[in-house]
This record gives sequence, C-alpha cells and structure tokens, in this order.
Amino acid sequence: MLSKKVKSRFFLFLILIISLTLLILFIFKSLEKNIVYFLSPTEIYNQTNISSDKKIRVGGLVKKNSIIKDGDKINFIITDLKKEIIVSYTGIIPNLFSEEKGVVAEGKLKDKKYFIADTILAKHDENYMPPEVKKALDKTNY
Amino acid sequence: MLKNFFPNKILSLKHETINILVILLLLILAFGLSYALFLSPPDYIQGDSVRIMYVHVPASFLALGCFSFLGIASICNLIFKIKFISLIAKSLAPVGFIFSIISVVTGSLWGKPTWGVWWAWDARLTSMIVLIIFYFAYIFAWKVIDNFDKANRTTSIIACIGLFNLPIIKYSVDWWNTLHQPSSITLTSAPTIHYTMLIPLLIMCLAMIFYTLVIFLMRYKIEVIKFKINKKKNYK
Repeated sequence: MLSKKVKSRFFLFLILIISLTLLILFIFKSLEKNIVYFLSPTEIYNQTNISSDKKIRVGGLVKKNSIIKDGDKINFIITDLKKEIIVSYTGIIPNLFSEEKGVVAEGKLKDKKYFIADTILAKHDENYMPPEVKKALDKTNY
Repeated sequence: MLKNFFPNKILSLKHETINILVILLLLILAFGLSYALFLSPPDYIQGDSVRIMYVHVPASFLALGCFSFLGIASICNLIFKIKFISLIAKSLAPVGFIFSIISVVTGSLWGKPTWGVWWAWDARLTSMIVLIIFYFAYIFAWKVIDNFDKANRTTSIIACIGLFNLPIIKYSVDWWNTLHQPSSITLTSAPTIHYTMLIPLLIMCLAMIFYTLVIFLMRYKIEVIKFKINKKKNYK
C-alpha cells in the first residue's frame, strides 16, 4: 500500500501535470500563427488582410512545367493542388529545387496570386530510395 | 532485471563485462558504418548527402530517448523519493546531451546542401534547441548545487518540465508546417524509406544504443561510488 505522503504527492503531481498541459496547449494555440514555418497557397487565398510589406513564407510543390528561366531570373508556380501562386525570384536556387518537389519561398506578396521571393529553400520529403528503385517506380507508373 | 541497477549491484560490475560490451559495440559500429557509408546506395535526389542521416536519426532518437528516461525517472523520484533513480538519470544525461548536439550539428550539415540554408527557425529545429537547453540546465544544476537533496529536487523539476518538450519535438512536423520533413519511420504505417537504407539505419541505431549503455554503466558506477563517499564524509 502506498503511504499517505506518497499518495498526496502523487495527486499534487497529477493536478500540476494536467494544469501545465492545458497551459502549454493554450500558449501554443495562440502562437500557432508564429509557429508555422510557411503558409500554403490556399491559406494565403483565404486570408482577408494581406500586407505587401510583411515578409512571409509560402510553401508547396513546384508545379510541373511551370519553371521559366531567364538568365538569373526564374518564375515558377507553387501549388498545394488546390490553389496556386506565381513566384518570381532572382538569384541562386538550391540544387534540390525541381518540378513536383517541395519548396519554400521567402519574400513578399504582391497580391494573392503573385509572390516576389528573395530566398528559395528546397524542402525534402520523407521518401528515401536508391536511384534504381525510383527508375523502376517511374516505369510502372507510365 | 531492475535489481541489477540497484546501487550495491552496480559496484560489482566488472571491467571484463564493460570490455565485452565495448568490443561488441565496436563490431556493430564498424559493420554499421561500412554498410551506411559504402555499401548502401545513394538517394535518388539527395545523392550521397543522405548518408548523414545514418548518424542524424539514431542520435536524435537517443537524445529524445535519454530525456524521456530522465523525465520519467524524475517523476518517480519526486513522488517516491528513491535516490538511486536520480543517480541513474544523472549518469544518463551527458550521453543524451552529446547526442542532441550531434543531432543538431549533423542536421545543419545536411540542411545546407538540401534546403539551401544551415539553419531555419521552424518548429522541429527550435524545439530541438530547447531540448539542448534543458539538458544543459539539468547537468549544470547537478554541477553547481553542492547539497545532494537540493540538487536532486532542482534537477528533477527541470527534467519534469523538459518532458513537455518531447511530444512537441516528436509531433512538430505533423502539427505545423515545418521545413523539416515528417518522420519516415512510424509505428502506424510502412516506412517510406527503402529497405537498403533502412537496414544500415537500424544497425547504426543499435550501435548507438550500445554506446549509450556502455557510457551509462561506467558513469553510473562512478556516481554510486561518489554518492557513498559523500555520505560517509557527512557522517564523520
């Protein structure tokens, strides 16, 4: 049998843990806007007040056949398969940047459909496989 | 099983036992590293930089694992007041601390060629830094507070608060948009990592678990001896 002291400590602990969990939950709920690293095109579309001065990040997939290169300048479309946004960027792009791969663009909105980026980050997904497997997979898909 | 970790039992731990564990560790590590660095294939888009993962993932796993033990041990310690549990936690903290630093450093080295940046303040990376701070605070509190009971209390509270950070680290990639990719290995679905890469990853995990065990046993023995010496001093 547990002694009375241990029991009281146990219940004190239980109450403390429950209240702390709730507290942390509320803090994170209210901070959610700052925790998300990037917004999807749909989230930007749904936003009512967009400011063109604030720096934000947009993330999603690079749409197939949407990359237009012109010297240092590059235009492409970020999509989340529901809404799209055109991104214009000048500078060096990361090696892993390619069509149908994840991307995060940092910069300012011109309007809901047009984004001027000053940094491009490639986002890697959770799939890892050797090149031969990828080739075989692509073959079966077509 | 648990009885083997009682303070008096650990003192009879022989050098030979540790030597055997070290030899085993070196064998697994040599096999795991050669598999991970030479035999396993490169990734289809990352190329050879995928090999950083074989150190990064096990290190992160153990950093989280050690801290969950620290947290649970501290709760037991605060409720039941069993001293040797906090000695176990104390000897596990430095390994976890080092692994959390290894995890962040290797992650940063991987981030530069993959994402294009060394560092991003996304939820996963930030919560990992918070874990390092908790580890540091835990170890630092043991170092600076001379009185054992006081240090025991303070460090246990630190570990309990730090415990809340663990689910945040684990689920940050699912709850929020992060630059960090979601987990490839989950309990509920098939791993999204090809088996030629999964096997060396698991071997490396095993090697690092062995490493943690060896360092832990050595430290735990020393901590118990230190504790007994201090106790004797206080009685005189």
